[in-house]
Amino acid sequence: MIEIRGLTKVYGKGDKAATALSGLNLSIKKGEIFGVIGHSGAGKSTLIRCINLLERPTEGEIWVDGVELTKLNRGQLQEQRRKIGMIFQHFNLLSSATVYDNIAFPLRLTGSTRPDIDLKVKDLLALVGLEEHSDKYPAQLSGGQKQRVGVARALASDPDVLLCDEATSALDPQTTDSILRLLLDINKRFHLTIVLITHEMHVIQSICDRVAVIHGGGIVEEGEVTEVFLKPQHEITRDFIRSETQNEGPLRAAIEAKQGEYSKAVKITFLGQKTYDSTLSQVARETGVNFAILQGTISTLKDVPYGQLIVRFEGPAAAIEITIAELTAQGLDVEVIS
Amino acid sequence: MGSLNFADLNWQEMLEATLATIKMLAYSGLFTIILGLPLGIVLYLWGRSNSIVIRVIYSVLSFVVNILRSVPFIILMVALIPFSKSIVGTSIGVLGTIPALVIGASPFLARLVETALREVDRGVIEAAQGMGASTSQIVTRVLLPEARPGLFAAATITLVTLVSYTAMSGMVGGGGLGDLAIRYGYYRYQKEVMIISVALMVLLVQLLQMAGDRLVRHFTRK
Repeated sequence: MIEIRGLTKVYGKGDKAATALSGLNLSIKKGEIFGVIGHSGAGKSTLIRCINLLERPTEGEIWVDGVELTKLNRGQLQEQRRKIGMIFQHFNLLSSATVYDNIAFPLRLTGSTRPDIDLKVKDLLALVGLEEHSDKYPAQLSGGQKQRVGVARALASDPDVLLCDEATSALDPQTTDSILRLLLDINKRFHLTIVLITHEMHVIQSICDRVAVIHGGGIVEEGEVTEVFLKPQHEITRDFIRSETQNEGPLRAAIEAKQGEYSKAVKITFLGQKTYDSTLSQVARETGVNFAILQGTISTLKDVPYGQLIVRFEGPAAAIEITIAELTAQGLDVEVIS
Repeated sequence: MGSLNFADLNWQEMLEATLATIKMLAYSGLFTIILGLPLGIVLYLWGRSNSIVIRVIYSVLSFVVNILRSVPFIILMVALIPFSKSIVGTSIGVLGTIPALVIGASPFLARLVETALREVDRGVIEAAQGMGASTSQIVTRVLLPEARPGLFAAATITLVTLVSYTAMSGMVGGGGLGDLAIRYGYYRYQKEVMIISVALMVLLVQLLQMAGDRLVRHFTRK
């Protein structure tokens, strides 16, 4: 659906030139929710703004739905942009227009007729749950409501792609979740491809199918969220995940509290339906090993259940070895920490 | 200093002068907006263009605007006498003053419009670009509505400035209250005429400012 090839963006010229992105490649499939995560300054905002050419790439090609945007003239680009919706961190609504008129904006650009606009806007108001606020101005709405208007406006032109530029970063956690649920809902309902950038792992974990980690103007890691989240390869990725799931200090204290010949700390990762099975206690009972749970998370990645437990086994070394082998055989991922 | 005597004032003449001032204001205001608003929009758009050619044109235009704004109005009026004659056939009276008023006030309004447009949130403009809006759609559907309070404020300031310009035009044969104040109040020492003329202009400015503020408030949504 979206192909980014050799994308380079340099700001300024000569001595003052700053490279935001260098030779970046990315491929986003139709109908998926693709997340790009990175720290501020990593280039993620430039990346998403290059997709609809709000930012013109210095080099490289941008393909959306088989059309090379970077080759189009102004008029053709305006035409293509109507198929790409976008929502923003600061909503960017017209402050002088009502909720209704904001949502109608893209329709009026293309000269839709009044009854068509009315029908469409009312549909969208219902979709985002703002029917009662139709005549209000943005200044009278909460942040979450403003973003709902943003979503409705972005959907008005029936786009194939929705770009979300830090769409939840200005919202509190509850509102973030409600907007994420809305995005997931429209993704399923309209089979809409969604590209979102964020600095919050929580956002990726909640709704994304695939994720790319951006750092220093390039992608350092990319893959299925379950894969990247549970087995991060790059240091930056680990940072994001650790801050989301683990509490480093207390964990180290827990591991160091009791160490010795007859104990071993391991990280066990569960994925899918196995997360809810009693595999661990069954295996431990069979091998006669005791275990203490030092830290753990049981949650979901989008709708896939997963668990990650840091466990200390206590017992004869051989029995612990057998336990680990058995758990691995049962399809769990076991990593020895100490 | 003798005592003031308002009884002998020619109120008929006062009324005619007031109407003449209002007429000058209305026409010059209208033409100033017709000229100044597009000029302000063009200044705003060209000032942000990426094209070097357009940036050069902008610099030239901006320079011309600055020149027109820095020439004292009274001198501009005199300099524009031939121009006024060629446009409206005369350089005196209500009609003869209007071209100079418009030339004097348009660059002023244009700068105020440019400033008001710059206040519009860049993000909103980008959102519109992202939705495939053309430049003219961005001007008519984003910039002008979003800047509406600022534009009304700009128009108000310009009209108030025009009131003082119309008064100044009395020095070189313009009509209206300024003319009356100069001819009777200044040349013939009729202080009463001077006082009433000035009072009427103060009232006019007050009314304009109040109406302008009201419009600004009405359209402010933030």
